[in-house]
Amino acid sequence: MPALDSIATIAVAMLAGSLRVSTPFLFVSLGECLTEKSGRINLGNEGVLVLGAMVAYAVSFETGNPWVGVLAAAFAGMLLGGLHGVMCSLARVNDVAMGIAIMLAGTGIAFYFGKPYVQPSAPLLPGIPFGFWLESDRFRNALLVSPLFLLGVAAAFGLHWFLRTTRAGLRIRIVGDSQDAALALGLPIDRTRLLATACGSALAGIGGAFLSLCYPGSWNEGLSSGQGLMAVALVVFARWNPINCVYASLLFGAAGALGPSLQTVGFTWGYYLFYAAPYAVTLIVLIATSHGGRSLRGMPGQLSIGR
Amino acid sequence: MSAIGVEAFGICKRFGTFQALSDVSMKVHPGSVHGLLGENGAGKSTLVKCLLGYYRADEGSLLVDSKEAVIERPADADALGLGMVYQHFTLVPSMTVAENLVMARRNVPGIIDWKSESAALEEFMRGMPFKVPLHVPTGSLAAGERQKTEIVKQLYLRRQFLVLDEPTSVLTPQEADEMLGLIRGLAHSGQLTIVIITHKLKEVAKFVDEVTVLRRGRFAGAGSVRYLGPTELTAMMIGEAHEPAEPERLGEPSDEIQLQVRDLRTAADGGRAGLSIAELTVRAREIVGIAGVSGNGQKTLVEVLGGQQPIESGSVDVGGIPYDASREQAQARHVRVLPEEPLRNGCVPNMTVVDNLALRSFDRDAAGTQRGWLDLAGMAARAREMIAAYGIRAPSPQAPIGVLSGGNVQRCVLARELDGDVKLLIVANPCFGLDVKAVAETRARIMAARNAGTAVLLISEDLDEIMELSDRIAVMHGGQVVHQMPAAGADPQEIGRHMLGHE
Repeated sequence: MPALDSIATIAVAMLAGSLRVSTPFLFVSLGECLTEKSGRINLGNEGVLVLGAMVAYAVSFETGNPWVGVLAAAFAGMLLGGLHGVMCSLARVNDVAMGIAIMLAGTGIAFYFGKPYVQPSAPLLPGIPFGFWLESDRFRNALLVSPLFLLGVAAAFGLHWFLRTTRAGLRIRIVGDSQDAALALGLPIDRTRLLATACGSALAGIGGAFLSLCYPGSWNEGLSSGQGLMAVALVVFARWNPINCVYASLLFGAAGALGPSLQTVGFTWGYYLFYAAPYAVTLIVLIATSHGGRSLRGMPGQLSIGR
Repeated sequence: MSAIGVEAFGICKRFGTFQALSDVSMKVHPGSVHGLLGENGAGKSTLVKCLLGYYRADEGSLLVDSKEAVIERPADADALGLGMVYQHFTLVPSMTVAENLVMARRNVPGIIDWKSESAALEEFMRGMPFKVPLHVPTGSLAAGERQKTEIVKQLYLRRQFLVLDEPTSVLTPQEADEMLGLIRGLAHSGQLTIVIITHKLKEVAKFVDEVTVLRRGRFAGAGSVRYLGPTELTAMMIGEAHEPAEPERLGEPSDEIQLQVRDLRTAADGGRAGLSIAELTVRAREIVGIAGVSGNGQKTLVEVLGGQQPIESGSVDVGGIPYDASREQAQARHVRVLPEEPLRNGCVPNMTVVDNLALRSFDRDAAGTQRGWLDLAGMAARAREMIAAYGIRAPSPQAPIGVLSGGNVQRCVLARELDGDVKLLIVANPCFGLDVKAVAETRARIMAARNAGTAVLLISEDLDEIMELSDRIAVMHGGQVVHQMPAAGADPQEIGRHMLGHE
């Protein structure tokens, strides 16, 4: 039964692919979710993603320890996000325009300092072999899960808890949802947004580390294919709920894995078309979730795109 | 918890070159209900915001509970037991009542134990004069419930001195009476002192003990309500005697139906029901007033009739023919709209007064045919006529309309919309934020248009305005027209019941 076998192959490849492809989406969307909950949008996370990938790879190569690379990526993300946060708290600075500038700056810095690291190979993060009991190599490979994916899922639940039951989390939501209320309560609006943006970008930086240290697991200039920007759409789709970000990331991941999976069974027709699946999903998601003249459920009230 | 008194002496506050308050004093006795009166822009809100540390006064001193106090930040006022319910609610819409209450506290723990907080809140709620659901996002509460939540929040914070800014503007008459009665009871039992910022003189007479009146940033008078009637208070507020004259209603409504709405439906938005209006008609020489608590579909109805929102099903006929609110049809059928917040909904703020006055007609010549080149001289001449006729005060006809005061923007839009032959006029909250004289003038113009044969649909949150102007009253609740009645002899209590959706 070759047909059935191919379908099984595709399914396994897509499962494996979606676990891999989804992880950067997950981290960037969690970071973006945190930032947007504070009432600000950060399109610069695409730049943070690329910078994070470069820094993680470089630091892993220099120190020999990929985990130090992950930490360095988070730190680099925090710095770049912090810059965005500081710039946006100045009067009359538009966060969307600033985000685009940060995105270009981030990728530019990464390409500039990353040149010497394109050739050498750095130690990568090992995956956890959940499929050790299986015989088939194919399945074992599929269940080789990166520790960063598990960390991302844990971060999603952590962020959900943080936003519901901690003072800091509720303050972020107040600042993001009603500036009037925040002023009346005497909350430091700019500082809260700065911290939320910096921490959100730290998460996005970890997403970059996944790209260079797990999958595809190398550093070059074409590493990111717009995951940082698609994550913004993903947060809309997830209705600003961290748990939903996990499901949405897996969906986007599966769409991203569609092209490569079809290739594994030798299906070559419309190769580029299937590689475009994540972008098509982004478009469909944005169209499906927007209704003319109506507000989006769950959207923080102070978000500049919603006002 | 016991009431405290507050005295303010010689408060001055300036914003740039604008002197908002000059040498204003106010004395509020502990355990009393104090009314703070004045026209829009008289400085009432600025004064209380200085008391509460929202603004810092440039000069002046404060006595709180007979002790000198320095209030520089909201937290200072908070520590002294002073609180305020703002006119624009400061509840966080996406958070539940419980979350809002707990986060308003000064000593919120780093990690919140929701189980024990909920139990404590339920216990607290049992001792409250009004009940609000704890675990519902405040954004989905009705306006009246949100108002109550704001007050409950202040009581939860154990306030001893509470300022209410226009507390009844979103309530039905019953709700307003109930709420003010409870507040008055709390004050007179010595639990807290209340300051009410208001312009509703009926409420002042019924619920307030003493008043302070401001006029253009200055102290204009104070005293006990026992000795100050509505006439005296109005004279203090506007600086001259003002005889409220009801605009004269001439002639009976005709039989000619101008506006007919049938089975109109629009899409729902985020938990709020869309419109669902079975039937609504307005005849020539008739004012139909739409009463309702804010947020029950009135705004959507104006948007539909003004072409700002599409309909899902049903029909809107003007003059017996289907109407789609396009520019062509509005011009052909002589439909005009006076939207609420006219600067936002009816003007282009950065364009000049002349341009804004010509928005309806700039692309047509006298015969009604389209023109490509604008008749700038004609537009300017027409604008000069309107400016003179409506007493519009503008620095220059070429000034951007955005720099005009609210009353003058309103006059501009009124002049434009009432220009020429008007068959159907849709008016939304036309007097919101206007001073007493501008209110009287606006109402007189609407009545004059009606007397001249215009069909008028008046949507207003001010029930008194509806009672005064309408020939017929329709009540909206939850997007539906739930009741219609002739205005003559209508009972505000009955209207209030229908506004809440009770039969």
